[in-house]
Amino acid sequence: MQSADRHDAVFLEQVLIPSLHAPGPYNVLACEGKIAACAPAGEFEAPAGVASIPGKGLRLFPSFVDAHAHLREPGFEYKEDIESGLRAAAYGGFGAVFAMPNTSPVNDQAAVTAFMLDRARLRHPFGPRLYPVGALTVGLEGRELARMGELSEAGCAAFSNDGRWVTSTEIFRRGMEYAAQWGRLVIDHCEDEFLAKDTHMNEGAVSGRIGVAGQPTVAEALHVARDVLLSEYLDLPVHLAHISCRQSLELISFAKERGVKVTAETCPHYLCLDDTRLENYDTAAKVNPPLRGARDVQALRRAVQDGIMDIFVTDHAPHAAHEKEVPLDQAPSGCIGLETALPLTYGLVREGLLAEKAFIRMWHDAPAAIFSIPVNNFAVGDPADFFLFDPDSEWEVTRETIHSKSLNTPFLGARLKGRVLAHWLGGHRIV
Amino acid sequence: MSEAHWRHKDLLDVEALSFSEITRLLDTAARFMEINARPVKKVPTLRGRSIVLFFAEPSTRTKTSFDVAGKRLSADTFSLGVSGSSITKGESLKDTALTLQAMAPDIIVIRHSSSGAAHFLAERLDCSVVNAGDGRHAHPTQALLDAFTLRELWGPDMAGKTLLIAGDIAHSRVARSNVLLWAKLGVSVRIFGPRTLLPPGVAAWPAEVYDNLDEAVSGVDAIMGLRLQLERQQAGLLPDLAEYARRFCIGRRHLNRAAAGAVVLHPGPINRGMEIASEIADSAQSRILDQVAAGVAVRMALLFTLAMRNEVQ
Repeated sequence: MQSADRHDAVFLEQVLIPSLHAPGPYNVLACEGKIAACAPAGEFEAPAGVASIPGKGLRLFPSFVDAHAHLREPGFEYKEDIESGLRAAAYGGFGAVFAMPNTSPVNDQAAVTAFMLDRARLRHPFGPRLYPVGALTVGLEGRELARMGELSEAGCAAFSNDGRWVTSTEIFRRGMEYAAQWGRLVIDHCEDEFLAKDTHMNEGAVSGRIGVAGQPTVAEALHVARDVLLSEYLDLPVHLAHISCRQSLELISFAKERGVKVTAETCPHYLCLDDTRLENYDTAAKVNPPLRGARDVQALRRAVQDGIMDIFVTDHAPHAAHEKEVPLDQAPSGCIGLETALPLTYGLVREGLLAEKAFIRMWHDAPAAIFSIPVNNFAVGDPADFFLFDPDSEWEVTRETIHSKSLNTPFLGARLKGRVLAHWLGGHRIV
Repeated sequence: MSEAHWRHKDLLDVEALSFSEITRLLDTAARFMEINARPVKKVPTLRGRSIVLFFAEPSTRTKTSFDVAGKRLSADTFSLGVSGSSITKGESLKDTALTLQAMAPDIIVIRHSSSGAAHFLAERLDCSVVNAGDGRHAHPTQALLDAFTLRELWGPDMAGKTLLIAGDIAHSRVARSNVLLWAKLGVSVRIFGPRTLLPPGVAAWPAEVYDNLDEAVSGVDAIMGLRLQLERQQAGLLPDLAEYARRFCIGRRHLNRAAAGAVVLHPGPINRGMEIASEIADSAQSRILDQVAAGVAVRMALLFTLAMRNEVQ
């Protein structure tokens, strides 16, 4: 590296950029927070005084978007807070994080939204950027619509009742209509309250054998069907959270063929693990919706391959060790995911299931398009939001390697392949 | 005492047991059965050993059975129940477990409402853990005492016999452990119950599932009734209890369809007239009280076997 005195500029040399038409290698120059130049390596050199960062053999990805995370602040700072959650996001390759509203107090009023944004700006002035998701209904109770006008103005990027269901289809319908007035999308956590009541894993052969109350896949698919029908009837978009099963995918596929404005997300754990992972009552593998059977996992992987699935999200859901170190039926649902998501989903690229370009689309272009946030196409003037990724670097998931406050992941102790080496947002190095 | 080596630190379910281990346990139990028939029923075998009975769910029968088993072997038994215990004060299972461990017992017997609670304890404790019923998952000593009861009747070669398990299978740890155990012993198992009380995936169990009680009992050598928890009706799984009693209760006419000499078992406590007719429970074919006696002997055999294994270790 040359000695540098210009700190407002970043120069990367010989990087591969799979999101571009030709993968490269490229040299990239960013100045004043924007892409200043991006051209095949050799066409230009680092300007005087700008250090050159060698990137040979490494990928340069546009900063990824996680449209579904739980950062737990305010209220549950012992699990995670905005500072630790965004730090984990930075190390995970995320430049934008959507924080779900099931905090305490619930993010159903502008004061909570403003507080969250203040925390993010104070602790991470250069990002990752926080996109609060407002509550669709007051207190997430599913009874009265939240003040979505006020919340949108305060900075809520979308609305959701995530973590809770909206039992009343009438309320949900009005929520979709009212959110659209503020140009916001509704994200639905699809779960039938009655079918899912007091369940702790997927309903199937494993739950029957080990004697744990199971949640049937139809608990999710019923609400997917409802949302598809509403979306078509109202001609309004709806985004389906953490889709986990084959039946939901068939409904989504049907909807897309009809041109219904439905988009869907899934999480790395639903693509990598099935319900046999709970045979020993491992609470780290207790998530909601639950890990499904092997056939559902196969269907999800096919949906990713076929493009039925629009985006990946983490559903990062930290819980303290003592909360998970209990019998399965007493443990809260959720696993952390911000730092394991990329290596896990990059595995699909490695397996040949997903082209690298499609992989980037699912983590960057598609969520950015769905939620109307800026993208980096490495064109001059685009935001200088990118990270260096080494797909071959192996690391072990341990307390030392994870930046999240919590360590509840079924991948604890696993060796994962693929690592974020450096990350810039607006040209500032954050990792 | 033994030829085969007992490998297990804990008894969490019958799944881990081999045919020869089961046979050996039942043989040992038979020897304790003889002791239990003597006027003085106490032997000094486990003197100085301590056994904690940690029952986080109400239980009279199983707890007393383990208590009697331990005392007849001269072990010191200590009870930790629900009421007045730290569990009601919000202590986590982990902390209860560590506290128990600090008292250095040789064996902890646990009954808990969560499936997997015995695994949870066994993973964290050095002493032996015996599962006396965890949620809907397993109740291995019940299955073993059922096997003992029928072996006394049928002799050691039980292959070819047929057993019907009837009632609430979905929520029954007794049914789960029994199905696994009888499969290992070569006994054919039939299952019958309301469809709303059958577990998911039951078709893949080593058992035949019936929709009709008359067909299910036809030609069987033993019938095991299961207790119906009254809250199942409140949970919307059954129309009402009168309908259950009419359609799912095992009565004389069912017993008449069974094989000659067929017997009736029930893990207790019985709801007379609900899952089993009162007349049947009191009939000559009932082996329900034999099961209680077998329970003490089987639990003595288990506590003895675990204590001996720990001594070798």
